[in-house]
Amino acid sequence: MDLREVEQFLFREARLADEHRYEEWEALWTPDALYWVPANNDNADRMTQMSIIHDNRNRIATRIRQYLTGRRHSQVPKSRLRRVVSNVEILGVEDGDTVVGANFVLVESRERGTEIWAGRYTYRLRTVEGEIAMAYKKVELVDNARAIATLAFLI
Amino acid sequence: MTEVTDAVGPAGRPSGPAARYDELIQPRRVHGSLYTSPEIFADELQQIWYRTWVYVGHVSEIAEPNDYVRKSIGPQDVIMTRTADGEVHLLLNRCAHRGNLVCEADAGNSSSFRCPYHGWTYRNNGDMLGYPFHQGYGGRNKLELGLGRVPRVGVYQGFVFGSFAEDGPTLEQHLGEAKGEIDRLVRLAPEGEIELSAGFLKHRARANWKLLAENETDGYHPQFVHASIFSVAESGIGALYGEKSTAVTRALGNGHSENDLRPEFRRLGVPLGWFGTTEEKVPNYVKAMRDRHGDSGAEEVLIEGAPHVMIFPNLFIAEIQLFAIQPLAADLTVQHVTAVQFKSAPEMNKRMLQQCVGSVGPAGMLLADDTEMYERNQAGVAELRPEWLDVRRGVDREEIDERGLTIGGATDETGMRGFWSHYKHLMTEGRVR
Repeated sequence: MDLREVEQFLFREARLADEHRYEEWEALWTPDALYWVPANNDNADRMTQMSIIHDNRNRIATRIRQYLTGRRHSQVPKSRLRRVVSNVEILGVEDGDTVVGANFVLVESRERGTEIWAGRYTYRLRTVEGEIAMAYKKVELVDNARAIATLAFLI
Repeated sequence: MTEVTDAVGPAGRPSGPAARYDELIQPRRVHGSLYTSPEIFADELQQIWYRTWVYVGHVSEIAEPNDYVRKSIGPQDVIMTRTADGEVHLLLNRCAHRGNLVCEADAGNSSSFRCPYHGWTYRNNGDMLGYPFHQGYGGRNKLELGLGRVPRVGVYQGFVFGSFAEDGPTLEQHLGEAKGEIDRLVRLAPEGEIELSAGFLKHRARANWKLLAENETDGYHPQFVHASIFSVAESGIGALYGEKSTAVTRALGNGHSENDLRPEFRRLGVPLGWFGTTEEKVPNYVKAMRDRHGDSGAEEVLIEGAPHVMIFPNLFIAEIQLFAIQPLAADLTVQHVTAVQFKSAPEMNKRMLQQCVGSVGPAGMLLADDTEMYERNQAGVAELRPEWLDVRRGVDREEIDERGLTIGGATDETGMRGFWSHYKHLMTEGRVR
């Protein structure tokens, strides 16, 4: 995969999440998807330790359907979001997937106040029918060991 | 309203530390300042958090000799330790010399703590070990300054509670009828022991701690707050809290309350139905339960399921999820939550963990929406016009059950009223009035 192509994919994924374009965002995932936001330790064992988000493809679908009811109160009204994705690096290839790392800073505005979220993304990307798709997205929040506010948007 | 005007000024603040709690807390309504006043919050720290029994942690978090874990009682940082002889201690995380933290790690194993500032050291039971350059104090062993200790530590079924009061009701007296609910949780574990081994999510709410505690056994809100997830996940939980539900809300005394869902689960009669799974999916667990309780005993335990109980002031057990409420300011609270795990039950543990992670914490499909509600409540109450919040739902249809406890319907505010009655007792007890 070409770095420029990878970046374009990451920027598009970020924009879909920022703009709450839930169905388009969901369509980026492969069937073996894993969407993971660890808690307390970036390398915690996700099978035995609490995570902030630990969604397989099925649970991603449930999460999206919940948003689409329009009654997910913690996103009604929706958070105003904009994130910067930077320091994009291709880290290698694993089982045919391209492993990509990037940093992000995200500003969330709600009636409650403004939150700054930051951390590191790790993706596993693969080409499916000529398009890049994501099989894995891990979000290591810099604040993941501390008490954090409600995080009800797509991070 | 006029009766509180001299206790509460125009901005809704009490006139002094002796706020008139008997006027602010009435059978059918409570005053908004109880959620917003910094003075009342300071009063609560002294009268509740630094006096009554408060849940701190679980013995499984310090399973080995010399294990320790950082915990809290209200805003106070506490180290829960196990000494080599197996005793559990609650130490204040504050050097006796200049107040520095003596324990910075979240958890670990050590027989002593060393303050990084001037090197004072303490045993893990709080006793002083030593201080460098001892000539400045006239020699060795001249000082006897241990770490501060929570004077009373009580353990029930592995749950560790602390009380800053030197005397008062015992832990068992405080727990009272809530003991049976803890017992119900523990008997679901095939070896009769639970473990809190999955770490905690820490969810910050810009809201008063009592809004969280009141909500924990409020059976009125689920159909509204959680409609989005109930409708897409085809969950049966919503119906448990409907108008036609045979479930009850029970005030257990001492501020504790529960949603007793057993009548509904018994009516449905499906083992593990309360957990949304079937016996076939967890065969080893079911076999272990039958071996322990016998076939009919296991059937009953598996049908009745886990408790949904709020133990005053800060421990909430919602079936397989365990929450500790930590107040930090009148309008700031952290909810710590983890999945209950059963000793030697890997099949169930995996399911309980995954279900818990999906539901709770900052991104949880249930709790994120509850927290949104607490925060909106807080914003509304801060205005203090009108002054009162209503807690009358079901007050005229409550009954006293065979145990002498007050019960209401599945959606009634019986638990909240029990909470407030105990709160008022604690806030007024022992005061010069």
